[in-house]
Amino acid sequence: MGRKGNFVEKTPSGPGRKAKKQKPPTLPDHLKEAKQPKETLGRRSQKRAAKRSAVKAGTATRKKPVKNNKTISDESLDSEGMSDDDGERKKLFDDGDSDSMGEQSEDDEPLDDNFKGSSGDSSDDDEEELPIEKKSKQLKLKKQQEDELGEKELQMNIQQSEKYTLPSGEEIEKELLLPPDLTILKSRIKEVVGVLSDFTIKREEGRDRVEYLDQLRRDLCTYYSYNDFLMGAFMETFPLGELIDFLEANETPRPMTIRTNTLKTRRRDLAQALINRGVNLDPIGKWSKVGLVIYNSQVPIGATPEYLAGHYILQGASSFLPVMALAPQEGDKVLDMSAAPGGKTSHIAALMKNTGMLFANDANPDRAKAVVGNLHRLGVTNAVVMTYDGKVLPKMSRGYNRVLLDAPCSGTGVISKDPSAKTSKDSKDISRCSHLQKELILAAIDCADEGGYIVYSTCSVLVQENEWVVDYALKKRHVKVVDTGLEFGRDAFPRFQKLVFHPSVKLCKRFYPHTHNMDGFFVAKLKKISNNIPTTAEQIEEEEPAEEKNGNDSDDDTSAKSRRMKRKKGNKANDSNNKNSNPKDKKGSDSKDVKANGVAKTGIVKKKAGNLKKKVFGKKMTGPFKQRK
Amino acid sequence: MRPLTDEETKIFFEKLTKYIGENVRLLIDRPDGAYCFRLHRDRVFYVSEKLLKHAVSIDRDHLVSIGTCFGKFTKTRKFRLHITALDYLAPYAQYKIWLKPTAEQQFVYGNHIMKSGLGRISESTAKYQGVVVYNMADIPLGFGVAAKATSECRHAEPMAIVCFHQADVGEYIRAEDTLVG
Repeated sequence: MGRKGNFVEKTPSGPGRKAKKQKPPTLPDHLKEAKQPKETLGRRSQKRAAKRSAVKAGTATRKKPVKNNKTISDESLDSEGMSDDDGERKKLFDDGDSDSMGEQSEDDEPLDDNFKGSSGDSSDDDEEELPIEKKSKQLKLKKQQEDELGEKELQMNIQQSEKYTLPSGEEIEKELLLPPDLTILKSRIKEVVGVLSDFTIKREEGRDRVEYLDQLRRDLCTYYSYNDFLMGAFMETFPLGELIDFLEANETPRPMTIRTNTLKTRRRDLAQALINRGVNLDPIGKWSKVGLVIYNSQVPIGATPEYLAGHYILQGASSFLPVMALAPQEGDKVLDMSAAPGGKTSHIAALMKNTGMLFANDANPDRAKAVVGNLHRLGVTNAVVMTYDGKVLPKMSRGYNRVLLDAPCSGTGVISKDPSAKTSKDSKDISRCSHLQKELILAAIDCADEGGYIVYSTCSVLVQENEWVVDYALKKRHVKVVDTGLEFGRDAFPRFQKLVFHPSVKLCKRFYPHTHNMDGFFVAKLKKISNNIPTTAEQIEEEEPAEEKNGNDSDDDTSAKSRRMKRKKGNKANDSNNKNSNPKDKKGSDSKDVKANGVAKTGIVKKKAGNLKKKVFGKKMTGPFKQRK
Repeated sequence: MRPLTDEETKIFFEKLTKYIGENVRLLIDRPDGAYCFRLHRDRVFYVSEKLLKHAVSIDRDHLVSIGTCFGKFTKTRKFRLHITALDYLAPYAQYKIWLKPTAEQQFVYGNHIMKSGLGRISESTAKYQGVVVYNMADIPLGFGVAAKATSECRHAEPMAIVCFHQADVGEYIRAEDTLVG
């Protein structure tokens, strides 16, 4: 047997009953005719006739009281004119105005409609006006009404902002039960930001700043769907006005950018080749000679023959920066500590023109494959790819001229690329990242030669992963921060909340999605001065209590001799001290981190700073942490 | 990582000669420093001795790639050239094939080259000669083996295969994992 067709359910074809369009209404003939004479009379002629009649009869005043609520003489004249000009119509109007509407409606329906439809003030006058005039009058009216409404609203707004009240606890609880209303949230965010921007004037009596900030954070969290911790961290990092811009920028993707591979082609040639394939592009900006921005394209940018032949690589604008800061020279020995997927590595190779030596490392073997693929595609021949853990690299080989550390980070600068970071990060993750970064930056510095350069970069905007790490490196190794050589970008924070970093940290650069239209990024360039590890504030601090216990507090701080002695001691004691102190320190900071980041850390810093003051150090020993009063 | 054995060297150079002929010598006698071939995990890498010296400390497990990978020895001890060798094959290639723009796409997806897609071909290409494939803009796209001699190509039908595909740049995307490691 064949298959059975299902003939029962048959979808009706053609437009349904409701799709039929109603024809415009047809008017009876007598009505149509009634309309005619009205249109034949021009406005000017009406006016002229009215004038004439007014002069002749002087009856202008007679009709005034009859009118609904018009007081303008001009209009009365108009109706007067009508009365004289056209007998029949005059009668009609007189009747309509003075006696009753009913009578009129019998004769003339359009008029009736008009009378009922238009509000009193423009009643009979409309009859004599051209449609365009009517319209303009109506528009005027509408505008007036809108203006009034607007003013009212404005006043209401003023009142609101004058005494904008935060929602009470009950209201918030009630709100929590309902799904969030984004428009309300947005307006509230605006209000609260407004209040906070001029707090002393606009605040509500009896409410302090913390309450407003709490409310704002809650609202922002729901509106942009962040978790509470990350939003708090952002609020600490950015001023309020900028915060909103930043969050908004995180919602939109950054433009697609490519980097020309100068080993194989020139930018002009590449641009021409791509334009021929129907790609719309532009140079990325004055600051780079190899970057191109892709606006739109008819072909997939990641699969053109040019791409496959290695003439360019897809790379975010921000990824150019650390390599430009590193400024590798021909013949250098360069280490890229976290290379995958090889964009920056190949950029370094291109700047070195395939001379010198390039060591690309990535801890993840799977990601290292991408590095290999990209390096071969782009024709890099002087590279070695390896998969060590970054922390053990200094044990293996040292003496690099330049080291690039694009550290693994929380990715808070690239939320537009990976929105999962909005909710997946908490304080533990950040401190874990920060810890790893500190280990890696020390490893990077150890790998570098004396006088070598280290560039540290992250795609995070949090201070904990950036300035803090650099500051830590300054404390732990004999390095100094040097200018990155990037002519744009914001200066890094020399202080954050209660923390004061080493003043030279200011030379690092920050990049934001809302100001530079690239991923959030941080670039620091360090120069290694010497291989010896300075005795740091921390070690001194640990030394001190021991000294006091021994009753050895008679040393003269200012005498160079004792200082030298002590440094020696410190170096000797270093190993034992480190063993004893480091685990302690870690434990302490970890447990505190869980509670509240900033506060706990500053606590430690305070302690350190206190000790710092007691001592006068040599050049090397200058502690970067100070307490701001 | 070790130098190639004599047998391996023979197999390897035989393969290379198919594509670049006598120019193999140019790869070894370079004016800008000594270069050598090294075997690592069955793969042959072409690397400068200077770089090699610095990379000796990297142990086998952690070394992924050094210099340029030319290809690998199969389990049956034959040598297979990878697309990564293209950078060195293209400049020295003796026999070349140019593709029409319409055929570019097909080739980089891993297909053989038809007569219809053939733009140009070097004079006096022999049958089964290794050839490097370019597009009309002279960008090298891969390499293969000529299925027909130049003279045969003239009279071939449009759908006849003129070149067998061996490697193409599309592999950078299709087979990134297997290129190396």
